[in-house]
Amino acid sequence: MSTPSIEMRKLTKRFGAFTALDHLDMNLEGAKCVGFLGPNGAGKTTTLKMLADMIFPTEGECFINGISAQQSRKRALADAGVLIESPEIYPSLTPRQAFNMVADLRGVPTAERKGRIEEVLTEVKMLEWADERVGRFSKGMKQRINIAAALLHDPGVVILDEPATGLDPRGMAEVRDIVRNLKKRNRLIFMSSHILQEVTDVCDEVALINKGKLLFYDTLPNVLSRFADGHATVDVGLARPLEDAGRVKDVAALPGVATATLLEPNRIRVKFSGGVEAQERLLETLVSWHIGVKSLSEPESALEEIYLQQVARGD
Amino acid sequence: MAAVAELPSSMSQIFQLTKNQYREYLSSRRYLALVGIVVAIGAILSFVVYHYHDTLQGPGGLLSSNLAFYGSVWAGALGLIVVLAAVFFGGDAIAGEFQNKTGYFLMGLPIRRATVYVGKWIAAFGASLSILGLWLAIVLLNGAAYFGTDFLPWQLVPSIILGIVYLMAVLGATFLFSSLFKTSAYGFVLTAILFLFGFTLLQDLVLGLVKIEPWMVISYASGAIGDVFATNINWGLAATVTTVSLGPRGGATITSYTPGVAEGVIIMLAYFVLSSVAGLLLFEREEFS
Ligand SMILES: Nc1ncnc2c1ncn2[C@@H]1O[C@H](COP(=O)(O)OP(=O)(O)O)[C@@H](O)[C@H]1O
Ligand SMILES: [Mg+2]
Repeated sequence: MSTPSIEMRKLTKRFGAFTALDHLDMNLEGAKCVGFLGPNGAGKTTTLKMLADMIFPTEGECFINGISAQQSRKRALADAGVLIESPEIYPSLTPRQAFNMVADLRGVPTAERKGRIEEVLTEVKMLEWADERVGRFSKGMKQRINIAAALLHDPGVVILDEPATGLDPRGMAEVRDIVRNLKKRNRLIFMSSHILQEVTDVCDEVALINKGKLLFYDTLPNVLSRFADGHATVDVGLARPLEDAGRVKDVAALPGVATATLLEPNRIRVKFSGGVEAQERLLETLVSWHIGVKSLSEPESALEEIYLQQVARGD
Repeated sequence: MAAVAELPSSMSQIFQLTKNQYREYLSSRRYLALVGIVVAIGAILSFVVYHYHDTLQGPGGLLSSNLAFYGSVWAGALGLIVVLAAVFFGGDAIAGEFQNKTGYFLMGLPIRRATVYVGKWIAAFGASLSILGLWLAIVLLNGAAYFGTDFLPWQLVPSIILGIVYLMAVLGATFLFSSLFKTSAYGFVLTAILFLFGFTLLQDLVLGLVKIEPWMVISYASGAIGDVFATNINWGLAATVTTVSLGPRGGATITSYTPGVAEGVIIMLAYFVLSSVAGLLLFEREEFS
């Protein structure tokens, strides 16, 4: 069994004078989930479409399992499952009929076919809908069927373009679960998303792209430690304005706290390290001071801050 | 994960795609509508012919001979039915894949672009053929009613073949238009306008203004479908030229051309080949963006 891989070499796409993707070089190899993170318009879909030979690079080339998508889309996509741009299945077909067509075109052996179809439908929890027409399905159901279709031949490489986007919160959670499950097999998953949490929840590695340029690509722990320096930020909400502004200095002096700033008279931003335990200690101490602690925001990692800055700059 | 080695050949993928697409066509509302249209045309014609059969049996009438009958009825409506079938099944064959986003599903699969194009073409061709078959059946039933055992002139065979070649040409052009635009409606409209009016207009213009044989116009070539029922068939590559003088002193003359059967076949095949090559090349460069 060969190692699944995706390689992009100087991959560039221009639309007229506008550069949507600028010399992207990336080499993904082995069984893992790589998050392709970037704000809307960053160039994610453009990249994935070139991988699937739906659009053509202005410059550069990309390879799936060492086979050029540009020179031989058929062989390059043989071991890949692709879901881009929420495609539509012919509405008059049932999932079973559509999957039979996919199996015909992909050459899934007849003996395995029925079993595979039921397996992937079970994987996306759509088995009881196998014989209903796709045209009547909700967006979330269609997306799950699309994911199942991409998995029918048990591909070594899975390419997903924002699989959870556009779904309601429950649909998003379900799709995330499905993707997490995909990792149980030896697969290389390349999934784009504009939601940081989705990537940190599901992926092992993250590549950040903005305005067509790759900003970094590393493992998630490396990225977290590189950018977070172990710090997290919480906002402490107070029931009343802080009477003694000097208190902020006391907060800053607490163990593990790096900085404390008074954002508003009744809101203090605290940057601290030491994880959940430090957060617990911090909260207990602040409460014991009887300064009217009312709420504590979810800690926001430095990665999130950086990503939000990128998004902001992207606007 | 050894999927690479097990991929079906492009030939077999074309077959699978055709099979699936054909099934899709046959179960579509469009197919039903077209069957309805052809049955309606058949019903009206049958009724009219039956109602006036006494007069029509007179000299030169539609029922005067089986050749006259097939020349007018079968060949007369065939052009319209071919164009309707091409528009119904081919008008949005490619554009619809963009518009309905079904193309993104197909393009995620390990198939060549040409496979998609050819597979869909053959399916549309098959669906159109079945409609032509329906028309033939209706006409034959009428023929049997009026001519008894003499209802099958051999000329029907070359006429059917010519009709099929015409279908190939129209469908080739329709697919070309359909891949030229990403909006389905353009393909429908362009095919319908060109083949229902455009080419006959062009043919008249060439004939009237340039005064040469309009060999480059497909509607001219398709005339062969009905011409084979004439008493003298020109099987050749050169047209039959007829000059009629108007007025007693032979001042003005009108020249008319009838394509040779081989000539008609070659012109129609040229339309088919050129439009298919152009459509395929276009689709190879088409971006699903
Ligand atoms: N067909 C196209 N023509 C012109 N511009 C395009 C086209 N497709 C994408 N773009 C532009 O390229 C940029 C990247 O788009 P895309 O890859 O879809 O971003 P993402 O998927 O990261 O949200 C966007 O600014 C988008 O407007
Ligand atoms: Mg996108």
